[in-house]
Amino acid sequence: MSTASTNSSLYTLDARTKRRNAAEKRFRLYGMAAVAFGVLALVVLLSSVLGTGLSAFRQTFLTTEITLDEKALDKSGTRDPEVMAKVTTIGYAKVLQNALVDELTAKGLLPEGMKAKDVGGMISKEAPAQLRDRVLANPDLIGQTITMNVLANGRIDGYFKGRVTMESAALDSNVSPEQLQLAEAMRDAGMLDLKFNWGFIFGPDASELRPEAAGLGVAIIGSAYMMLIVLALALPIGVAASIYLEEFAPQNRLTDLIEVNISNLAAVPSIVFGILGLAVFINFAGLPQSSPLVGGLVLSLMTLPTIIIATRAALKAVPPSIKDAALGIGASKMQTVFHHILPLAMPGILTGTIIGLAQALGETAPLLLIGMVAFVRDYPGAPPEGFTDPAAALPVQVYNFTQRADPAFIERASGAIIVLMVFLLAMNILAIILRRRFERRW
Amino acid sequence: MSLGLLILVVIALAGAGFVIGRQRALAQAGGDPRILHSLPGYYGQSVFLFAAVPALLLLLGWLLIQPLAIESRVSAMLTPADIPEGSSSALVMSDVRRIADGFDAMIAQGRMTEDALRAMDANTVDVRAQLAEAGIALGSDVAPNVFETAKSYRNLAHTGRLALTVAVIVTALAGFAFALSRIQPDYRARNVSERFVRTLLIGASMVAILTTVGIILSLVFETVHFFRLYPAKEFFLSLTWNPQFRGGSDLGIWPLLWGTLYVSFIALLVSVPVGIFAAIYLAEYASKKTRAVAKPLLEILAGIPTIVYGLFALITVGPMLRDYFAQPLGLGASSSSVMTAGLVMGIMLIPFVSSLSDDIINAVPQAMRDGSFGLGATHSETVKQVILPAALPGIVGAILLAASRAIGETMIVVLGAGAAAKMSLNPFEAMTTVTVKIVSQLTGDTEFASPETLVAFALGLTLFVFTLGLNVLALYIVRKYREQYE
Repeated sequence: MSTASTNSSLYTLDARTKRRNAAEKRFRLYGMAAVAFGVLALVVLLSSVLGTGLSAFRQTFLTTEITLDEKALDKSGTRDPEVMAKVTTIGYAKVLQNALVDELTAKGLLPEGMKAKDVGGMISKEAPAQLRDRVLANPDLIGQTITMNVLANGRIDGYFKGRVTMESAALDSNVSPEQLQLAEAMRDAGMLDLKFNWGFIFGPDASELRPEAAGLGVAIIGSAYMMLIVLALALPIGVAASIYLEEFAPQNRLTDLIEVNISNLAAVPSIVFGILGLAVFINFAGLPQSSPLVGGLVLSLMTLPTIIIATRAALKAVPPSIKDAALGIGASKMQTVFHHILPLAMPGILTGTIIGLAQALGETAPLLLIGMVAFVRDYPGAPPEGFTDPAAALPVQVYNFTQRADPAFIERASGAIIVLMVFLLAMNILAIILRRRFERRW
Repeated sequence: MSLGLLILVVIALAGAGFVIGRQRALAQAGGDPRILHSLPGYYGQSVFLFAAVPALLLLLGWLLIQPLAIESRVSAMLTPADIPEGSSSALVMSDVRRIADGFDAMIAQGRMTEDALRAMDANTVDVRAQLAEAGIALGSDVAPNVFETAKSYRNLAHTGRLALTVAVIVTALAGFAFALSRIQPDYRARNVSERFVRTLLIGASMVAILTTVGIILSLVFETVHFFRLYPAKEFFLSLTWNPQFRGGSDLGIWPLLWGTLYVSFIALLVSVPVGIFAAIYLAEYASKKTRAVAKPLLEILAGIPTIVYGLFALITVGPMLRDYFAQPLGLGASSSSVMTAGLVMGIMLIPFVSSLSDDIINAVPQAMRDGSFGLGATHSETVKQVILPAALPGIVGAILLAASRAIGETMIVVLGAGAAAKMSLNPFEAMTTVTVKIVSQLTGDTEFASPETLVAFALGLTLFVFTLGLNVLALYIVRKYREQYE
């Protein structure tokens, strides 16, 4: 080194080496920062969803004693459900409202000058329908006094969850600060409390005005039906296609064409599959819109490449010695595949299938196009007829919730995502267990 | 007979065929399987396949063709007078279908008998009110001719279903009898059923081709249909997007393409550096323990459904960007913006870039690293001057694949980017993308005759061509420039 001066020593670094070492350190830091950014994004994403969504599982319930007045609910006195059905939910809403007012007056909680209508407004609009169903199912309840747990209005619920404040209530036409004060007094008296809300998981969706009653039941069933269809179609077709391509296909144009198609289909945007479903299954074949059948078919086509790729990898991983041994003792090619290779590849195939199913479960865009956005309150029937009934799907339900004006639906959307993620987590854990438990290293 | 029951009957028949075929083979061999050409099970299997497969295929084909055939015969019964102003024959046909379903429902509910329906006359009875009672809502009153059409539609559908049942069962029985009649001790049952299974395997792998064909045909047909109603020149050259459902819309693709490319650009700006640096760190620097923890964590990002990212953009990232960046800087007041969608999409794409790049960096042989270290290069110099150039084609391929993902991504932009079709440079403004418009034009009540709906297919075709092009390019680059070490 010509520039090395008098004090050149291995122990003192010259400027250039220092610069190079600093660059090295910086480079390493960039890498760490990039990994940290990714992990941080994951943490923020999950905590944001969990933070807003966990409260959806708890809901404010109002406990009140209701005297079911014969005069209001069954004028004829026949106790015949068909005659009693003439009283609509409006009649039951009045009964509920009066019951609540009476109880509040008896307990001395009712503030001066508060209108009965405002007291009634604290009860969910879903509650009269629940009461009506209960009475119609059991007409003998009329004349008795029953204790009922009814949903509180979404705004009251929002107050206990911190979404609604006194200030925002003053500006809100749906709730007044007086109602919130009364709600607080009622909580102290034990009439209002937050409880685990099974209705959120098992109940059907509810209209725009009653976020407190919206549930995921129909969406969960719809998603489950679609997963069944995907499993029944994509797994056998995918495995059959992989076996052909991996074990039998000759090297020719057709095989190349199939291979190219599969790798392209894996990269086609999911929304294009939605367009395919709309054009082919709904417009051409005339299958019913928003049915799990069409959703399942579209998702099967989408999942097929994933399953084929996983299955081929699993088939390839079976050592050729097994195949050679089987062929050597006189098995036919088909026997070799079905008796030896396929069983050994099964754990890998199942893992790939579960991961494909998990992908399909979270897919939203194609389902929007085939009409799954429709508002569905009725549970679909039992399969196979139920496959053509209208249904919702979990991820689409999330999208539906986000399109509604009431801010309470944001909490519902995040809650629905938590349910979705629990399913995904369970499927992925199952896949990992299967792999750990059964996968063989050769 | 319901479909489920019919399928069960066919499968039961085939199952019986297996048992009978096996026994017949054994009986012909006098109970000594050594005389048979194949194992007894194969004789059964051949009967099973011949009974079940043709019948089920017939069922599938019939279900696809029957609606078309009935529709064309029935729609001929409708006269132009039956189609109200502003409606189309497709809408009237869907009414016909709904009325026919309504009659089925009414008969199932016991509100009406078949005879009563046959005697019913739309001139004297209010069909709409009767159907409403059964829970079927109709948009308008039922004209007599439409009512008659619905009746014959229903009759044809019922006859078709009956014929289907008979045809399927006859086919199953014929296959059964044919296969059974061929059973003899020297019948090569294994070869026959193996050839049969092999055909089924080939059929399964054709599904991939059929899907592609289906995608291309449905996109191209409807796009041609669209260009008949709307000039192609306008679509490709107009700079405004303003659909009007009363007609006279501007449907230029450029604002949508601009939004798509802008969002994708920001997404790549986030994901490419982060992804590549993360891959370099994990492949070159990280200890085994760090790698074992960090790599799966990053890959979780790829497994999270896009709707979750969409919600994240909507409730967290959007308001945060608006409150801390856009409003203080005076750049806009909208929480949905190109920046929101791009940032969130960038996070989603990190694992796509990082895990592919990671694999490629790991594939660079250790000898090259050792050579570089031996010459006195630091680790980062080795990475920059030896490893990255060697891995470049693969990394470019990974970036192109991520770009194709970004262009086709839907839920994040639906919830994060907004719906206003604009061409602006300000990243804090709401813009829209091709996928958002496909969703908005095709959801809700759609009528497949207006250019406003059909434009979605032209957009879909554009999207398909774009992503396909990127994928092919990515594959080409990887194949062409891949270094072969060995």
